[in-house]
Order: sequence, then C-alpha cells, then structure tokens
Amino acid sequence: MTDIWRRTAVVGAYEHPTRFAPDKTAYQIHAESARGALEDAGLKISDVDALFTSGVGPIGILSLANHLNLRPSYVDSQAIGGSSFVSHCVHAAAAIAAGLFQVALVTYGSTAASERFAIGTGAGGHVMDPPDSFEAPFGPTIVGSYAMVAQRHMHEYGTTSEQLAEIAVTMRKHAALNPHAKYRDPITVEDVLASRTISSPLHLLDCCMISDGGGALVLTSVERARDLRRPPVVILGGAEAVRHSEIGRRDLLDIAARQSAPLAFARAGVKPADVDVALIYDSYTITVLATLEALGFCAPGEGGAFVGGGRIGLGGELPVNPDGGGLSSNHPGMRGIFLVIEATRQLRGECGPRQVKDAELACVHGTGGMLGQRHSGVTMLLGRT
Amino acid sequence: MAEKAYRKPLPRIDEESRGFWEALARHELYFQRCRGCGTKRLYPRAVCPVDLSSDTEWVRASGRGTVYTFTVTHQNQSPGFREELPYVLAIVELEEGVRLMTNVVGCAPDAVRIGMPVEVAFDDVTAEVTLAKFRPVS
Repeated sequence: MTDIWRRTAVVGAYEHPTRFAPDKTAYQIHAESARGALEDAGLKISDVDALFTSGVGPIGILSLANHLNLRPSYVDSQAIGGSSFVSHCVHAAAAIAAGLFQVALVTYGSTAASERFAIGTGAGGHVMDPPDSFEAPFGPTIVGSYAMVAQRHMHEYGTTSEQLAEIAVTMRKHAALNPHAKYRDPITVEDVLASRTISSPLHLLDCCMISDGGGALVLTSVERARDLRRPPVVILGGAEAVRHSEIGRRDLLDIAARQSAPLAFARAGVKPADVDVALIYDSYTITVLATLEALGFCAPGEGGAFVGGGRIGLGGELPVNPDGGGLSSNHPGMRGIFLVIEATRQLRGECGPRQVKDAELACVHGTGGMLGQRHSGVTMLLGRT
Repeated sequence: MAEKAYRKPLPRIDEESRGFWEALARHELYFQRCRGCGTKRLYPRAVCPVDLSSDTEWVRASGRGTVYTFTVTHQNQSPGFREELPYVLAIVELEEGVRLMTNVVGCAPDAVRIGMPVEVAFDDVTAEVTLAKFRPVS
C-alpha cells in the first residue's frame, strides 16, 4: 500500500487578526485570509486547484468559489463542526498523495460576534434531524452538552471545578503573549469559579468566547514545498472519528478522540510522549481535559491532575494552545483551522514570546458538534521533517 | 389544556417515531427491541443498527430509572426556555438499560444528583405531543 503520510505539507498559514469586524463580511474574511496564506506560501491564487471550506451552508462552497473566481478540480465542504478544517488537511493529504490535485486552499471566515450569533452558550441550531426530535424539546444548549460530560467526569473521577479552571487560567496566560488575542488580562482560578454559572458545572470563564475571525491554509506536496519560501510543515498522520447517542447506551466519556488518536499516532509512527506542543480545541475547559486523556497524554480520570502544576503551560511538559485558544484568543464558531495555523507557526519557530522552544512535533485535535451527544474528533500529527 | 402558545421546539412525528409519540400521548413510555437480535433501542428508528433487521417490537418501560448525568441550565435565550431558567437538562437511564435525554422536574435544580432514582412524569405540552420528563421518586 502506498503510504499517504509524510507526502503533504502545510506551506501557507494565515490567521486573520480581526476579532470584531462589523465593517467586513464573512466572505471578505475568507478572501483576505486566502490572500494572507497564499502570500505566506509564495503562491498565486491561479496555482490553487482544490478548495476546502466549512461553515458556509449547503452549497456555500460554490458561492465561495464564485467569490474567489476559482475553478477548482477538487472541492470539500466537510461539515462535522469546528473540527472540519483539521479534517480538510487529512483529506488533502490523501488526495495530494493520490495525485488528485497540486495546491489546496482551505479558508474560513465568520462574523459571529458582530452578527450576534449565539454559539457556545446559546441554543444549538436545531434542524430537526432524527436525533433532534428526542433532544431539542428539552432545551439542550451546546454548553449544556459539554457540561453533562463534565458532570459525569466529576462523578466518576472526582475531577473538580478548580482543576477545570486551571485550563482557563493557562489559556489566559498564553493569550497575554499573543498581541492578537481578544482577552489578555490575567485571571485566577478564583475568578473562574466566581464567574456566573452558565450550565453547571461550567462557569462563564470555562466557556470559549464568541469573536469574529477567520484564517486560511495552503497545502501541497512535499516535493513542491521544497521550492517554496517557508519551511514545510509535514502531515505525519491523521484520523477522524464520530460519537453520538448510539442506540441509547453510550458512555459519555467515550469521546471520538479515543478512536481517532490511536489511529493518527500509529499512522504517524509517533507516541504521545514525543509531542512537543498540543493544539486542542478548547470550546470549554472540559473539552481540553477529556481530550488530553483520550489522546493518551494521561490515563482516563487523570486529566484533572495532569492540567495542574504548570504542565500544560508554556515551559511545561506539554504546552497546550500557546496562542490562548478559543478561551482567550478567538472563537468565531469553528476553531479547527486556528489549531493547524498555530501548529504550523510553532513548528516554523516564528511565534516570538509564545514560541515553544525547539518544537518539532505538534499534535492537533479538533472537536466538532456536541461532546455529550453527536460529535466529531479529528487528530493530526504535524512535524518539521 | 390551556391555549397559551407553546414556544419550545416540538418533535417531528414521522413514520419512524409515531408509535413512540402516540404511546406518550396515552401516558405510556415505550422503547424498541429488535426481534432479530434482541437489542433494545432509543430513540426509535425503523431499522436495527446492529443487525439491520426491520422486525421490531415495542416494549413498555416501567418508567423508573436513575439520573446518568445532568446540567442545571442557567443560560438559554430560546423562547420557552428563557422563562424557565434555571432548568435541569439530564440523561436518564431507564431500569431496562436504555438512556434518553429529558428534563428533571419536581424538585429544586440544585437537589439533582447523578444516580438519583427518578420516575417518568408525562407532560402534555400540546394536544398531540406529550414529553417524558422525570421527577424524583417520592
């Protein structure tokens, strides 16, 4: 079997600096981000022959191709929530290795904050798919779904609100080093616990923000990447998984990452202990804690102890989200693309004061959907080689 | 029934789920069991995902169970819910072994605990729709 891994590289990465853009449209943010990522790669838009996006509606990728005047020969508008952009990279790696196209452009843009969408703490957008009829009548919010996982984790393992708060405090420390981060003032564990309860046991400061924003990535083959301006960041391996309410008996702590992570690590030929920096979708503090366990950085039930003592901070054993994450930097609704952008920039060593020293191996994990109900998990390993 | 408009989302009653909702309207809670492989299931669906059999029987649940997990919801701006904050969203495990999403009612939200014994409380929200909520066993 032809190995599809280590044959595709991220060669362009751009995070739109905006956090509030009432003067811009979402499609404008897509286009500005595309410009930024292509400039970063040293490629022209006419080089692009594959288009990836998400969060744009049922035929939105056609509208985006229209807006960018592209004639791609490969399109992918994966719709598995905020992890979709990590999934795009995994799909692009397979397709580039198969020779289906040369240059992929992945874009994202959202004006969630200026249009006052309720994302994390509002009600989910219920479209009445079959599962919705058995959930929506009872008032599940997105945060409520994650909160039910947190409650169960506390029950089974004795995890505390203080331990979850450590994650929010760490993300805020990181954000202080990121000039684009939306929230940069330090917070304490006491601040998190004193913030109002949104959905027990999660407080306001356990929840990601709602911002505007966007970003873009450019991917191509490692051969072509050698001639480009940036050091290539290579996709070493990746995998996807989904979980849902099953037929009424799911263990809520059995999250999708438990399936995607072993596959991704095996495909990459690396172990959790080898990882220098982790980019983990932090929709809520519990998302990080549960994901760290599922990725294999600690055993099930040990996440609460693992996140303490500075272990997930810069300078710690496993720095998580040096940009400040969705808890403190930005969260326009679907944050997966920012995980890949920050991983790329960390591996290039261009992150200034928030740089993880000598970062050679990054683990990215995106979660999409509702962790306590149906959701996706996509794990990807990126390296400098 | 009061004619006050009901503002929360209503289930879509379709060919796969009609039996479930019709039973609830009679104040009876049913789950499904596959006649092929015996697997119990909720929510109801026409084809068993385990053996893909369409041979399904409806089984009446006792209505007793325990709280598997829950959250006290303090923020939800959706019509119908914002007037009832805080409310308890929960997953209840029926004593027959299947779980369903619900609300725990009939007690202070802060009194709810994982493992707490509960029993079904039928809530006739419209002329057609009855929801299976749960209350602490008295």
